[in-house]
Amino acid sequence: MSALLEVRGLTVDFTGERTFRAVDGVDLSVAPRERLAIVGESGSGKSQLLLACTGLLAANGRPGGSVRFDDRELLGDARATGQARGSGIGFVFQDASGSLTPHRPIGDQLAEVTMAASGVSSRVALQEAAAMLGRVRLPDAGRLLAQYPHELSGGMRQRVAIALALMAKPRILFADEPTTALDVTVQAEVMALLASLCSEFGMALLIVTHDLGVVAALADRIAVMYAGRFVEVGEAQALLANPRHPYTAGLLAAVPRLGDRGELATIPGSPPRPGEIIQGCRFEPRCLGRTDRCRSADPSLADQIVKGVACHFPRTQGEIR
Amino acid sequence: MSALLEVREARVSYPHAGAVGGRFAAVEGVNLALEAGEIVGLVGESGSGKSSLGRAILGLVPLAAGEIHWRGARIDALSRSAFRPLRRELQLVFQDPQASLDPRMTTAESVAEPLRALAQEVSVAARAARVAAILAEVGLAPELAGRYPHQLSGGQLQRAAIARALIVDPRFIVCDEPVSALDVSVQGQIINLLSRIRSERGLACLFISHNLAVVTRLAERVLVMYRGRIVESGAREAILKSPRHPYTRLLLDSVPAVDPASARRLLARSVPTIDEAPGLPDRGCPFAARCPYAISRCRSELPALHGLEGGGAVACHRAAEWPAGLPPAALA
Repeated sequence: MSALLEVRGLTVDFTGERTFRAVDGVDLSVAPRERLAIVGESGSGKSQLLLACTGLLAANGRPGGSVRFDDRELLGDARATGQARGSGIGFVFQDASGSLTPHRPIGDQLAEVTMAASGVSSRVALQEAAAMLGRVRLPDAGRLLAQYPHELSGGMRQRVAIALALMAKPRILFADEPTTALDVTVQAEVMALLASLCSEFGMALLIVTHDLGVVAALADRIAVMYAGRFVEVGEAQALLANPRHPYTAGLLAAVPRLGDRGELATIPGSPPRPGEIIQGCRFEPRCLGRTDRCRSADPSLADQIVKGVACHFPRTQGEIR
Repeated sequence: MSALLEVREARVSYPHAGAVGGRFAAVEGVNLALEAGEIVGLVGESGSGKSSLGRAILGLVPLAAGEIHWRGARIDALSRSAFRPLRRELQLVFQDPQASLDPRMTTAESVAEPLRALAQEVSVAARAARVAAILAEVGLAPELAGRYPHQLSGGQLQRAAIARALIVDPRFIVCDEPVSALDVSVQGQIINLLSRIRSERGLACLFISHNLAVVTRLAERVLVMYRGRIVESGAREAILKSPRHPYTRLLLDSVPAVDPASARRLLARSVPTIDEAPGLPDRGCPFAARCPYAISRCRSELPALHGLEGGGAVACHRAAEWPAGLPPAALA
């Protein structure tokens, strides 16, 4: 099956006070209806990757490589990017205020998308908006249309932002930490909603998160990102059951589980700061299984394509270390 | 024996245009007692009032009603200057370490500052020695002492903030979401550090978090707060194994599972169509609108907090119907 989204050798460079490479050669592809999750910590480059694909990088960020959506190159083609963003690709941000304007009623903001896309009257567009609010499981849509974002709870606002992203019937939804700003009890609800909407609309999903729990529930495949690169890519169940990169294994072990006591497993040190140069493997300074080879040779992309893991000494099944 | 810290019927309120009487009660009727060296967990989501309660105990926001007693003496009505000597004994660790560190001060200067402000005269040499000792205790290498906040990682910043709280040798600390702003791979380091320091120093601690898995890792006793009120309290095991309040159950069910099977169960369970809009119902249980067990009484009458066998308490009209606790939603 041909990919809906095909990214090859994507780089993102920032210039200015400090010049650094936030994304350093990432390959990924998403098939129609597929759900791919990119897991990484702050500074891993995961959000910049999403922004680069949709032409939303900050002014001092420059993308390189190739991003093909629906067999059309987007990088360097502002028109194609604009069209993709207008219809093919929906975007949900961490904070709903990234998509919603505070000073206009919700109905107007939703209806505007339909009116721009299909030129229908505002009355018809408002009806479609109300229908969409129902599909994101918001009750009393008629009343909501006239309300302003600040009158809603965080969870409701994020549902409205999702409805807004769906108004143009995208074929893939980009979601950047869509539940991080929400309360734990609401996070599960919004994740469940995203999962069922993807099925209902036949949408693919590219979700970026720091949370392996959320990812576990949603994704078909997972890509783990560290310091600008993918370090492990695999089918979600297999990757979570048998992480092969020591960073993936460390992240999984570090999640606090209910009922556990005593010392929590940790990864020593902290992720490299943007622009920090590390020779050899980028995870080597924090890795408990490192050797001299890890310091001198970068276990990078060639390995990754073959094995799905960028490590000289990937863990084998069931191994504990 | 009298408690080290006792909070009685505390209310904290803020001006709010839409609320009755123009004020919104962020904390209402909260009772709490802590013994020396004890660690109590306070869990709830944003807007539950957990941070307001922590701040009120430390005298950082005023009480609208109720009392706070420290070592048997009332401290909630003290003037700023009368509270000052207590600042040494009661300290705070914030969620965002940046907020407690001055960007123009080095790590060593920031950590030493409370000593100068709160402690009796200490010689320059003695102060330097104490700073060095405390930096070692929180796991900050000596070469980081001369760095500024922007030169430190998130985990290092939080270690510095903890050092700053500890240098005056407090008896009680409020840790307000101390790891939620940190990367997952670093959170565990800080949780382990706080746990070790607390037990080595015999510190009493109110540990505030939205994550029950974090709270129950550290605390022997847990309070669950919802919309300003304590809705359940109990020993760690009781909260984990036999939660009596539906909100406690929901919090337990919401701890993200890492294995795909249980995560899919979480997604598959019947999801309420809506989380509530801001604002409280006029009467009844504040959780009723989201509660899968709500009956008509819940919408008309506020449930009082009732004591349970084993020392816990629960504020739910129906709690007597499930004496062994509520089952996980996936099994219900």
